[in-house]
Amino acid sequence: MPDNTSDLFEKMMAFKQAGEFELIGTLIPYAGLVGLELVKENAGLITVLRSKPGNIGNTMISAVHGGVVGALLEHAGIMHIICECDITRLPKMINLSIDYLRPCLGTSDTYARGHIIKQGKRVTNIRIEAWQSDPSRPVAAAHAHFLMAQEK
Amino acid sequence: MSMHQTVMNFNNCYSLNSLKEVLEQLPHIQMLGIKIVKLERKSSLFKVDYAPEFIGNSDTGLIHGGIITTLLDSVGGAAVYSVLSEGVSLATLDLRLDYLRQATPGLAVMASAEAYHQTRNVVFVRGSAYHHQPDEPIANFVASYMVGSVGFSPNA
Repeated sequence: MPDNTSDLFEKMMAFKQAGEFELIGTLIPYAGLVGLELVKENAGLITVLRSKPGNIGNTMISAVHGGVVGALLEHAGIMHIICECDITRLPKMINLSIDYLRPCLGTSDTYARGHIIKQGKRVTNIRIEAWQSDPSRPVAAAHAHFLMAQEK
Repeated sequence: MSMHQTVMNFNNCYSLNSLKEVLEQLPHIQMLGIKIVKLERKSSLFKVDYAPEFIGNSDTGLIHGGIITTLLDSVGGAAVYSVLSEGVSLATLDLRLDYLRQATPGLAVMASAEAYHQTRNVVFVRGSAYHHQPDEPIANFVASYMVGSVGFSPNA
């Protein structure tokens, strides 16, 4: 992108201001493909990965593909920053580190919540956890760095 | 099966051809149309074509990071299976990726992985995702996989 004009960013900010957080996710084709949705709760934004047969990566225990679990964590991280932080452009992922903690079963929905560890001028460090039936028993967790400011 | 397999002896390992067949049949691999270009002992090369449903940024047409993560977790897993004894299962323990440059909208993404170290319980993998040459990576990754635990074993 030559500058920071962005239709996508403007649309997202409009939905955010209107409090229509669930609509922000509908702007992203990949979210529709794997079934990622946004739910705004009092405690903050929750990203939901719907149970979908096509997301299975392990047919023996019917577990969600590790890459899709990673996608949920990444998506939850970026959406948390978009929805909960004051931003002037879309954050860009620098790196992502995923820990797989328990089997993520394809038979139920998976939820994820971001928690900002540090928001700097240029970089935000965020921790994301994903769970199925019990938030205290996460199926996966990640931390990521996002670039916030314009390069150069 | 012997728990302590020597790295050079692949006699009891999965057949590479049947591994390729089984892995390409997994539902999410099918859904994204991921293809196994090459599978050897300790290394693998995967490919996914560009598709409009993969887009994460509708301004630029860039694919979502989830596609890259899925491709890398898959190619890394295949490199690990290639060194495992038949019947042994695998589960990803962790995966870290660095985004080095943006993908180009419209182009297929390749991913290669090498299982560079193997212990009784864990296999360590490194690799990258790229369009044309591995020395111009979109992302680099390292991952480790638990073997013989809850996970998937391709019944070849």
